[in-house]
Amino acid sequence: MSASTASTIVSYTGKKLGSLRSERRWALWTAYASLIVATIIFLAPPFYMLVTSLKSSSEISNLSGNPWIVRAPTLENYMELIANPLFRGFFVNSVIITLCVVAISMVISVLAAFSLARMKFWGSQALATGVFLTYLVPDTLLFIPLYQIVGSLGLLNSIWGLILIYPTLTVPFCTWIMIGYFASIPKELDEAALIDGAGWMQMLTKIFIPVALPGIIAATIFAFTVSWAAFVYPTAFVTTPEHMPLTIGVVSQLIRGDTFAWGQIMAGALMAALPPVVVYAFLMDYYIAGLTAGATKG
Amino acid sequence: MAADGTLVAGAPAAAGSGRANTMQRFARRRSTIAFLMALPLIALIGGLVVYPAGYAMWLSTLNRRMTANIGLGNFEILLDSDTFWMVIMQSCIFAVGAVIAKALIGFWLAHMLHHIPAKGQRKWRGMLLIPWVIPPALSTLGWWWMFDPSYSSINWLLNIFAVPAVPWLGEPWWARFSVILVNVWYGSPFFMIMYLAALKSVPDQLYEAAAIDGATGWQGLRYVTLPMMQNIISITVLFSLIVTFANYDIVRVLTNGGPRDLTQVFASYAFQVGILSGNLPRGAAVSLFMFPVLAVFAYFILRGINRRNKEQM
Repeated sequence: MSASTASTIVSYTGKKLGSLRSERRWALWTAYASLIVATIIFLAPPFYMLVTSLKSSSEISNLSGNPWIVRAPTLENYMELIANPLFRGFFVNSVIITLCVVAISMVISVLAAFSLARMKFWGSQALATGVFLTYLVPDTLLFIPLYQIVGSLGLLNSIWGLILIYPTLTVPFCTWIMIGYFASIPKELDEAALIDGAGWMQMLTKIFIPVALPGIIAATIFAFTVSWAAFVYPTAFVTTPEHMPLTIGVVSQLIRGDTFAWGQIMAGALMAALPPVVVYAFLMDYYIAGLTAGATKG
Repeated sequence: MAADGTLVAGAPAAAGSGRANTMQRFARRRSTIAFLMALPLIALIGGLVVYPAGYAMWLSTLNRRMTANIGLGNFEILLDSDTFWMVIMQSCIFAVGAVIAKALIGFWLAHMLHHIPAKGQRKWRGMLLIPWVIPPALSTLGWWWMFDPSYSSINWLLNIFAVPAVPWLGEPWWARFSVILVNVWYGSPFFMIMYLAALKSVPDQLYEAAAIDGATGWQGLRYVTLPMMQNIISITVLFSLIVTFANYDIVRVLTNGGPRDLTQVFASYAFQVGILSGNLPRGAAVSLFMFPVLAVFAYFILRGINRRNKEQM
């Protein structure tokens, strides 16, 4: 269809088509040029972090050459960090916190989303709106009262305090996108299950969870990245180094005194950033689906 | 015969009333189960969001040692201090400046991505989304190192083009600019990906129709793309305004509020007053100043989403 219209245009206005084609080529070049420039700028900071992390302290303090290249690459900074029990402790803390938070968030949000999407009860509509509003509450709005609450429970300076609080960051959005995914499952499926005598729980585990698996993966990735990257709550609630997760650990503990061990700081930051980047590299489509779900599915 | 008849007539009736009964019980049970399933969520929102919000309001009316209620005293003290007015101004500059830049860059990149052949898009999109994937507290460390006064690698690049060294974090206005720059770097990919999803949902026939009517590329953008994306654009912008307005990590890592408290935003100032200086009530009051602004944004987001849902139905 479009090919035939194109050929008619060719036969009628050959000259105009030439300008059209050059215009199109020009647009394509602009597109590629913008993308290349943007990619260079977007990737420059992580690249520079990598370059610095591979340098020795003497090379970092040497001001004579190009700082963007590394002349004598060394893994010394990484080795020192891996040998450092404090840093390994940060890593273990982050892993425990993230695993617990992801598990808690997924259980709470899948159950709640199923009940809100399919089994209406009094006030369920208001609750769904409330869930979305909670998602819009930023962590910096409530960290001071939460500091008091966590303190009164005796959970300051403990990873359990963080495990208790982090779900407030993850659950609302996970519930929200799961409601969207569950609502898109045709009603005929649950009627069929009901006729076959399935209970609500069976319906959830045998039909809804398998069918909405992409949504569940997207929500899991979201919960994972949010709890891995959380910064405000650990900064406020944890001041003892042995209980810190990676984000605040790298930011506050690797920086000591006036002489910064820049190579080590960058190596630490890169290693801490690695898990979300790896997850993203392998599950990019789910990641993006989760990211855009809030507005496009809403 | 008659017995047969009553039997025939009675059986469906009994079955009917029985079914209605079980249906009723079923419905009752169903809503009970539903409520139980949503209970953890309700407990979470009630206990860790609604209750702390109320607690914050009460907390903000106490004095420093939390022994006496001083009404709106904390708010009055804050509004009397020049530092706090600086914080309000800086928060607004930061949020508005960063969001406008993010929206424009994101829109531009989404368009460029949309123009190139589909099979290359994935690769570019994958690379361009990386700033969003790295936890911001950690990537900001990299920026901090790039802004370092004596070793700045950005200044080294500028020197090649004979541009004098820039005091990135030393001068107030440069520090403000740097904080915004890092936030734009981190947040633009999010806008890009949202707009790209929206662009892909605009039907091609609309552009074809516009082209047949003789619309130029610019008119196509103005009269087809923008109206079709209007809702997504406003939702994304409002959402980003909330997140940026309440941002903490970039300011904390990059400048820690300095020089002379001039890059302090609401969140970092609340942290400094509430946690570091130990005046929890006043810190809570600082945070609460964000609330009306956020509430207005949230209202408009909700309206946008409801409108969108109605359009789709």
